[in-house]
Amino acid sequence: MESSPLSDTILAHLGPVEISRQVVTTWVIMFVLTLASWLVTRRLRERPGSEHSVIEMAVMAFTDHISGIVGKDARALLPLLGTLLTFLVVANLSGILPGVKAPTAKLETPAALAATVFVSVHYFGVRAQGFFGYLASFARPKAIMLPLNLLSEITRTFSLSVRLFGNVMSGEFVIALIVALAGLFVPIPFMALEILLGLVQAYIFTVLATVFIGAAIDTAGRS
Amino acid sequence: MDIKLISIVAAAFAVSFGAIGPALAEGRSVAAGLDAIARQPEAAGTISRTLFVGLAMIETTAIYCLVIALLLLFANPYVG
Repeated sequence: MESSPLSDTILAHLGPVEISRQVVTTWVIMFVLTLASWLVTRRLRERPGSEHSVIEMAVMAFTDHISGIVGKDARALLPLLGTLLTFLVVANLSGILPGVKAPTAKLETPAALAATVFVSVHYFGVRAQGFFGYLASFARPKAIMLPLNLLSEITRTFSLSVRLFGNVMSGEFVIALIVALAGLFVPIPFMALEILLGLVQAYIFTVLATVFIGAAIDTAGRS
Repeated sequence: MDIKLISIVAAAFAVSFGAIGPALAEGRSVAAGLDAIARQPEAAGTISRTLFVGLAMIETTAIYCLVIALLLLFANPYVG
């Protein structure tokens, strides 16, 4: 049933595991990004060339941005958050290629990314404050806040994944509806809006992940 | 009433009433953002970036309602 935005297209079976369409799209995106990163960073020299300078500027701007959000030097977070942003931008924009469905338009991919953020929040929190220090930070500012802090850990991860999924999926769904109702050239402005929305959602996902990690590694207490 | 009919009506209600709150909230936040830009045009970049993030967060509540409606229409657990 292709019409439902919630159903999967199963392409192959790997033992008991179903390989759906968005998984294959994710693999292709991963391969392309890895290849592109390898090609770009293959010949790094002291005296940068033109594409080297562009990439360096982008990386520096992103590092400054997340350092501003976290409030201290965030170079340790750069691999995770930079990869998140790059992957999400490519994944959200891959939906506009003909015949390709954005992998973030299915719940599994955003849920996996949100689970990654959930785990890394605790990893960076434990690494910055120590195990017991991090555990104690849940009972701040008062011990009565403990259940609320624990609940917010779960709900914010859930809303992180549903936000990305809902936005990308609804965008594709609206375009499909307009194509079915109005015809060939009418959906073009909606597709342009969808490009903007994909970029904004990728940025928001990354910024929220940065804020969560920043709150976890903030030794002064949770905000 | 049939459970399918109830689901369709509930989906329409979810989207229509779920759109009211975010619409009002987005109107207020854009008005506040424009006010801030008019007062401090030199901070327009920061303000509009924050505004966009806030708008997307507000819009998420409407998206939640849409997700509920689509669940009711396409993946209803109570329809056999």
